[in-house]
Amino acid sequence: MIEVLHYEFMRHALLAGLLAAVVCGVIGTLVIVNRLVFLSGGVAHSAYGGVGLAFFLGWPYMIGATLFAFGSAMIMAAVSIKSKQRTDTIIGVMWSVGMAAGILLLDLAPGYNVDLMSYLFGSILSVPAGDLVVMAIVTLVVLLLVAYFYSDLLLMSYDEEFAEVKGVPVRPLYFMLIGMVAVTVVMVVQVVGLILVIALLTIPPYITEKYTRSLLQMMVFSSLLGMGFILGGLWASYIYDLTSGAAIIFVAGTVFFLSLGVDKLIAMKKRRVWLRSHQSLESGRTGIVDS
Amino acid sequence: MTKTESKVLVDISSLCYTNGGVDILHDINLTVNRGDFIAVIGPNGGGKTTLLKLILGLLQPTRGAIDVRGLRRASGTGAIGYVPQHVNHNLNFPATALDVVLMGNHSASRRLRFGNSRREVMQAHEALEKLGINDCADRKIVALSGGQRQRVLIARALVGQPELLVLDEPTASIDTKGQTDFYDMLKELNKDLTILMVCHDLMIVASYAKSIACLNRRLHYHDSFRSSGDVIDIFYSCSVQEMCPVGVITQNIKDIRPVGGKDD
Repeated sequence: MIEVLHYEFMRHALLAGLLAAVVCGVIGTLVIVNRLVFLSGGVAHSAYGGVGLAFFLGWPYMIGATLFAFGSAMIMAAVSIKSKQRTDTIIGVMWSVGMAAGILLLDLAPGYNVDLMSYLFGSILSVPAGDLVVMAIVTLVVLLLVAYFYSDLLLMSYDEEFAEVKGVPVRPLYFMLIGMVAVTVVMVVQVVGLILVIALLTIPPYITEKYTRSLLQMMVFSSLLGMGFILGGLWASYIYDLTSGAAIIFVAGTVFFLSLGVDKLIAMKKRRVWLRSHQSLESGRTGIVDS
Repeated sequence: MTKTESKVLVDISSLCYTNGGVDILHDINLTVNRGDFIAVIGPNGGGKTTLLKLILGLLQPTRGAIDVRGLRRASGTGAIGYVPQHVNHNLNFPATALDVVLMGNHSASRRLRFGNSRREVMQAHEALEKLGINDCADRKIVALSGGQRQRVLIARALVGQPELLVLDEPTASIDTKGQTDFYDMLKELNKDLTILMVCHDLMIVASYAKSIACLNRRLHYHDSFRSSGDVIDIFYSCSVQEMCPVGVITQNIKDIRPVGGKDD
């Protein structure tokens, strides 16, 4: 297995995967506890409009996608902070309109068109060194911001109103969080694809949430779990010659369903223990009644 | 109403709050003095929660002013401890009871800090102990009962050492036995803490609160009452009462006639 590291593309793929796992573990945790999964999906999909715009105008991909994702994220944040009830509708609209705009702009763009598939599943095996640097910088900035505002984010995530009473700048912090989600999504979409971003943002934190006792633990273990998924998926795609992005998601999905099964087993075992102690109580009581 | 300057904790003067062209609250005047135990009662939609949010600084008044300890903006000063109405939200959140209590210590100086000092942890344990649930400190919130969660939220409000405790229908999710315990505890806390509480249960109000504020768009403050009979009189004489559906509940109080009332 070690010999794969001789290939530069494999080293890049591993590095990109590790960075994506870390940033997705941290941001994904905040996405899950703040219930922003749908919003993140909306941001990721509407970013496709930016891809189209970038190709149409001949700009670099990154600028178009980042601007579009950031813009739509801020609109969604503004709507969702005003009325939590109707947010999903707005997100749904921006989700589909952004995607459609991207496709139309690509239709109209002259010359070679990008493949929608590579945007959906990414191309983790062909990450250039320059992208790795950008990814590393974004990951570092996100980690620093989260570390600096950790206590504020914790309070806001658990109870917004109480946080505001305590003097946490909830509004700016909320916009910052959504902004970080947007930048993270664009960054990671480029290397691993849209669907893998959503999978990495949601599956590891969802699994770890049940077993961890603090936000920090949840972030750390989500990152580790994400790394495991990426390594496992890459290994499978190398051995069996599969599409890497899809393989990674499949590993994550399998572990996700396994964890649901394990939860069931734990619950059943707990109940058996409870039943046993309860039965012994019951028989003890009837024994007294009988005598 | 005695009005010694140092005694005044919250001063609300000619406050209006408008939403959608309608005054939710109109011309509210209320002074909360140190040591008060005020129950806010009124019908649904009468503006009780809105008033609390204005006092907490979560909403800004359309007209008029709220001064908390002489300051215009209450949030972030640590003067007020807030216990929200809903205790069953965000149940799967990865935090133990102790962690939630420690959130009450938040201040801007906590930036870039992950842990808690030993003193803070000890204070949090003390707050939990005061509420009788220190044995639950290490349990995740999802593993607590509704009543225990309620106490955790009160401990969270207390650990910041506020001068005023604001509670929004604190016993909506607690059973009858739990409610009695809870209000006995509030009474105990009231010895060194001012309490402002929204409550629907007039029997509770009659036997625990020191004064009553009837709120239905306008506010009518009843400085003191001597017995539960007075509480009923307050409802009948109160100017905001026409729209209050309190008849049924006051009837209950008349039937049962709790011995208590204001006894300290």
